[in-house]
Amino acid sequence: MSVVPDTTTKITFTDNNTKFNTAGVQFIINPYDELSLTRALEITEKNGGTVTIATVGLAEADAVVRKGLAIGATDAIRINAEPVDGQFVAEQLAHIIKEGGYDMVLTGRESIDYNGGQVCGLLGALLNWPSINVCTKIDVADGKAHFERDIDGGRESITASLPVVASAQKDLCEPRIPNMKGIMAARTKPLNVIAPISVDAFGQYSAFENPVPKQAVKLFDAQNAAQLIEALKNEAKVI
Amino acid sequence: MTGIYAENSEGIFKKSVLEAASYASQISKGSVTAICIGQPSEGEADKLAKYGVNKLIVVEGLHAFDAQNYSNAVTANLTDIHTFVIANTYEGKSLGPRIAVLMAASLATNVVDLPNTIDGFTVKRGVFSGKGFAYVNLSRENKVIALTPNSIELKENPVTISIEKSVVNESENLTQITGSNKATGKIPLTEAEIVVSAGRGMKGPENWGMVEELASVLGGATACSKPVADMDWRPHGEHVGQTGITIKPNLYIAIGISGAIQHLAGVSSSKVIVVINKDPEAPFFKAADYGIVGDAFEILPQLIAAAKAAKN
Ligand SMILES: Cc1cc2nc3c(=O)[nH]c(=O)nc-3n(C[C@H](O)[C@H](O)[C@H](O)COP(=O)(O)OP(=O)(O)OC[C@H]3O[C@@H](n4cnc5c(N)ncnc54)[C@H](O)[C@@H]3O)c2cc1C
Ligand SMILES: Nc1ncnc2c1ncn2[C@@H]1O[C@H](COP(=O)(O)O)[C@@H](O)[C@H]1O
Repeated sequence: MSVVPDTTTKITFTDNNTKFNTAGVQFIINPYDELSLTRALEITEKNGGTVTIATVGLAEADAVVRKGLAIGATDAIRINAEPVDGQFVAEQLAHIIKEGGYDMVLTGRESIDYNGGQVCGLLGALLNWPSINVCTKIDVADGKAHFERDIDGGRESITASLPVVASAQKDLCEPRIPNMKGIMAARTKPLNVIAPISVDAFGQYSAFENPVPKQAVKLFDAQNAAQLIEALKNEAKVI
Repeated sequence: MTGIYAENSEGIFKKSVLEAASYASQISKGSVTAICIGQPSEGEADKLAKYGVNKLIVVEGLHAFDAQNYSNAVTANLTDIHTFVIANTYEGKSLGPRIAVLMAASLATNVVDLPNTIDGFTVKRGVFSGKGFAYVNLSRENKVIALTPNSIELKENPVTISIEKSVVNESENLTQITGSNKATGKIPLTEAEIVVSAGRGMKGPENWGMVEELASVLGGATACSKPVADMDWRPHGEHVGQTGITIKPNLYIAIGISGAIQHLAGVSSSKVIVVINKDPEAPFFKAADYGIVGDAFEILPQLIAAAKAAKN
C-alpha cells in the first residue's frame, strides 16, 4: 500500500525544484490500493485467511496505515525507509513476502504520485511468480486465482496458480471506508515496524517541473465552424 | 547496444513500436535490435528498418501471452544489449518491470522524451497524474525505458534489416487466458489519435449519429462522459475520466461536456483539446486550445461537412 498526496493537491516543488512540496498536503491511501485492500478483504471473507498491509515509508505513513487497518486488515508491516523509487520499494517488499509465505499479493496499478506502474511486475520477477496487471476482477476459487484484466483494446479473463501477484484497476470493487468500530479496533491491531534491507541505487530524481500552462482558448464563430477544421488541419496539424 | 520490444499486435507493429524504434536509434551509437514474439506480417520488418532497426529477432515457440514466459524469452535474447526500450502499453507495462529485474537494470516508466546523456543518462517522466514531470538519472549500466505512446516525434533513419529466428521451449504457463473480449474493427479508445467525445449536452442516445460520423470522417474513436454511460446512452467502455479510461490522443473534441475536474483527469494530457459547448462559462473552455460557443446540433453538421472536404 502506498501513501500519496490527496487527489486534489496542488502540485508544487521546493528546494530549487528538486523536491515535491509537502507543505499543507493531506496524505491518503493510494486510491488503487483502497481497491486492492477492499478486494483482499472480500476474498478472505469468502475463502478464509488474513490480510496484511505492507508499506515502505517513514513514521508519518503510520496514520494512513492505521486507516487501512480500520478498513479491516488484520495487521500491518511498515518497512522503515524513504520509498525512493518503485524498484527500491519492490526489493523491500519482495524480501518480506518471501519470509511471510503469502498466497496472493495485491498492489495498485500505479501510485498516483510517481505513476510508476512498476511494483506488481517487479515483484513477479523478484519472486518468480506470475504477475497479472490492471485487473478489473480478482477472485480465488478451487485453489486458483481468477482475473479479468484490461488489455490494449479490450479485456481478457485469466486463471493463475497461487502464489500470484496482481494489480488493481478502476472498477475492481467499491472501496470500503472505515466505520467507527473499525477505527476503534485499528488502534490495537499490530503495526510492526522493521528495518529495510540494503539495496544498490537504481536512479536519482534530480529535478521536477510543472507542465507548461495552456494558452487561452482560441474561439471560432458558431456560424462558421468550418474555420475550426481549417485550424486543426493547418495550424495545429492534428487532422 | 540498444534493443526494443516490438509488440506484435496480430502481426502488425503499431505506431508505439515505431516510436520505441525511433527512440532507440536516436540514443544508440550504432545498432538497434528488435525482439518480437511470433511471426510479424509481410512487410512489417521494413517498417522497423525505416526507423533504424537493423536486426529483428523473431521468437518462436510461445503461444498465449504470459508475462513471465514472455519476459524470460525476451531477456534470453538480449545479449550485449544494455538499454532496452519498450512502449508503455498494457503489454509493455506487464513486461517492462519483469525485464528490468532480469537485466538487473534501472527502470524508468512513463518516459516522455529523449534522454539527456551529457552527464549520465537522465530521462524525463510524467508524474503526479499529468500535474508534473520529473527528471531521473538512471544509474545502473543496464536500463529499461518504458516510453509513453505519442510522446516523441518519429524520425526516419532507414537502414537494412536482418531477421533471425530464436526458438524457445515454452515452459509450463502458470497462467491461462480463458477468454477475451476485444473490440474488433474499431480503433481502441486508448490507441486512437483522434477522439470525438460527447456528453449530456447531446440530449439523448438517438443523437449520437453525428458524433459517430464526425469520428469516422476524422478516422477517430468515440468517447463519452460518465453520466452518458451511466444512463446507458453509450457503452461503459467509452467512459473517460477519473473513474473511466485515461487517454492521451493528439486531438480530443468534447461536445456538450461541461468539463468537470473528474472528466478532465482522464483527458487533460491530450495534445490539442477542442470544446464545443453552448455555455461560454463551461469550465472546459479553460482547458481547451480551440473552442466554439454554440449549439452542437448546428455546429456538428458544419464540422462533418468541413472535415469531409478537408480529407479529400
Ligand atoms: C467521484 C466522482 C468521479 C467521477 N468520475 C467521472 C469520470 O470519470 N468521467 C466523467 O465524465 N465524469 C465523472 N464524474 C462526473 C462529473 O463530475 C460530471 O458530473 C460529468 O462529467 C458531467 O457530464 P457532462 O459534462 O456530460 O454533463 P453536464 O455537466 O450536464 O454538462 C452538459 C454540458 O452540455 C452543454 N450543452 C447542453 N446542451 C448543449 C447543446 N445543445 N450544444 C452544446 N452544448 C450543450 C451544457 O452547457 C453543459 O456544459 C465523476 C464524479 C464524481 C463525484
Ligand atoms: N512505498 C510503498 N509501499 C508499499 N507499496 C507500495 C509503495 N509504493 C508503491 N507500492 C505498491 O505498488 C503499487 C504501484 O506503485 P508504483 O509502481 O510505484 O506506481 C501501488 O499501488 C502499491 O500497491
